[in-house]
Amino acid sequence: MSLLSLQKVDKIFGGLRALKEVSFDVPAKAIFGLIGPNGAGKTTLFNVITGVYTPDGGAIHFEGQAIGGQSPAQVANRGIARTFQNIRLFRSMTVEENVMVAGHHLHQANVLSAMFRTRAHAADEARLQKHARELLEVMGLGKHAQDVAGSLPYGSQRRLEIARALMLKPKLLLLDEPAAGMNSQEAAELERQIRFLRDELGLTIVLVEHNMAVVMSVCETVHVVDHGETIAHGTPEQVKQDPAVLAAYLGKSTEDVA
Amino acid sequence: MQLVRRLAIASATMLVLFGIGLWLQDGLIEYVQRIVLLAGINVILAVGLNLINGTTGQFSIGHAGFMAVGAYGAAFFGVKLAPFVQRLVGIGAAADAVTLNIALLIGALLAGLAGLLVGAPSLRLRGDYLAVVTLGFGEIIRISFNNAQFLGAATGYFGDTPAGLPAYTSFFWVYGWAIAIVILIRNLTFSQTGRSLAAIREDEIAAEAMATPTTRLKVLAFSLSAASAGIAGGLFAYMQSGIRPEDFRFDKSIDMIVMIIIGGLGSISGAVVGGIFVAVTLELMRDLQQYRLVLYALLLIIIMLVRPEGLLGSRELSEVIRARFKRTKGPVEAAK
Repeated sequence: MSLLSLQKVDKIFGGLRALKEVSFDVPAKAIFGLIGPNGAGKTTLFNVITGVYTPDGGAIHFEGQAIGGQSPAQVANRGIARTFQNIRLFRSMTVEENVMVAGHHLHQANVLSAMFRTRAHAADEARLQKHARELLEVMGLGKHAQDVAGSLPYGSQRRLEIARALMLKPKLLLLDEPAAGMNSQEAAELERQIRFLRDELGLTIVLVEHNMAVVMSVCETVHVVDHGETIAHGTPEQVKQDPAVLAAYLGKSTEDVA
Repeated sequence: MQLVRRLAIASATMLVLFGIGLWLQDGLIEYVQRIVLLAGINVILAVGLNLINGTTGQFSIGHAGFMAVGAYGAAFFGVKLAPFVQRLVGIGAAADAVTLNIALLIGALLAGLAGLLVGAPSLRLRGDYLAVVTLGFGEIIRISFNNAQFLGAATGYFGDTPAGLPAYTSFFWVYGWAIAIVILIRNLTFSQTGRSLAAIREDEIAAEAMATPTTRLKVLAFSLSAASAGIAGGLFAYMQSGIRPEDFRFDKSIDMIVMIIIGGLGSISGAVVGGIFVAVTLELMRDLQQYRLVLYALLLIIIMLVRPEGLLGSRELSEVIRARFKRTKGPVEAAK
């Protein structure tokens, strides 16, 4: 059964049709790659799924329920977490605080109980902190819990975004170019972590990525878009051979490539 | 156990405040006493405003309006309430204390409600738009008081007797409230709610994607901030014989912003320092007469050039002390 399903999703910005009837299904516990040249509409797709944009046509279903047009907070509460292409951390806060922010569901006490420092508040804080620490360990950031998020190296910031997204206890994790700016060693570590999230935590992962080595290595299914339209869909091997994909990435004539 | 310890600390603090209050009453001339009270009121204003402007990063430049609501609310209801309280408790210090605190709470509630009314529609706006809207609302509130006949309109509200408003405000109550508000806001800031408010300041889109109820939290912070300004307004009202609409003009809002920027935006200890700093420097320069505001402005410019992050930056005093301590301790440990 598919966890996330898009049917003929459209998004129009003024005169530009950024998404044209994009349809695909992401099965539960898949690692699903979304690729395409720059400006193909990959991030727009993420934004439509997570409620940043309202789709202008088509339907989006998550666990069988329509989510198109809901607010980002509503979508997040349903179990879809994301990272951002242009890293959006809470830069002046500590690494640990960044993760704790996403722990609303672990937080039960109300504002008054925080103001008067009741026991319920202390229990909340302890629970949030414990869970945040665990996730930082998973993403290999345990040592940096007290560092200021903005001071981390680029690759670590990307991993921190994933840790923060995990704090939402999502079922579906959308990663927008998680390997951007990483060297090959960091990228290999990221591949291992992505597999761990699926195998050990049972997450479904959709990733947008330009690093083809990463995509070909971790994804089971790849969906290719260009100019807002689906041009190919299949296993990494199939997609790699697809003439339309080669044309989109390298130019018109497929003979040159062969 | 925790409750017992807290009650003990609270009683000890109150005793100390009471002692200092008595000492001030005898030891200092009235003029200096007034500055001390104003400094305490400034602390409440600054710490309250810092919650919305510093922590949440939503710029309000109309907080004088909420201070006015608190001042008029506390003054009006306090005056109406006093006879009933006196009948119950008997005329004396106890009745005054009860009346003052009920009046302050009413003022805070009204100011908080005003904050809710202004905040709920306008906090959906981002950045500069919000600043302009709060500025407008601040002025609307002041002009409404300017025209409210039952509150004395432009002449101001002086209670029902020729003697004016009773002088309930004392060192004890100003600093008691200041300490309570600083503690409550500090506790809120260092909690999941406070972290979420800071997350809104840092990156609202990311905060939303992390399921943060951004609008609800912004409105909450705004109302609490307005309620604090209301308490400050009530204490201000009972410090003098009456209140006038022009006590709460736009420049009062600017004064508050100066306090938190001088102290260091986002830092609670900074707001405390800034509030005291503004009260004291403005008074110290009173002898300079017409040059006073020129020099004051010059001083602000110099501070901003030398320390653009404010006196404390965004750090808390405790962090600054800890950092100092570490630095002096470091080499000694290394020598071992």
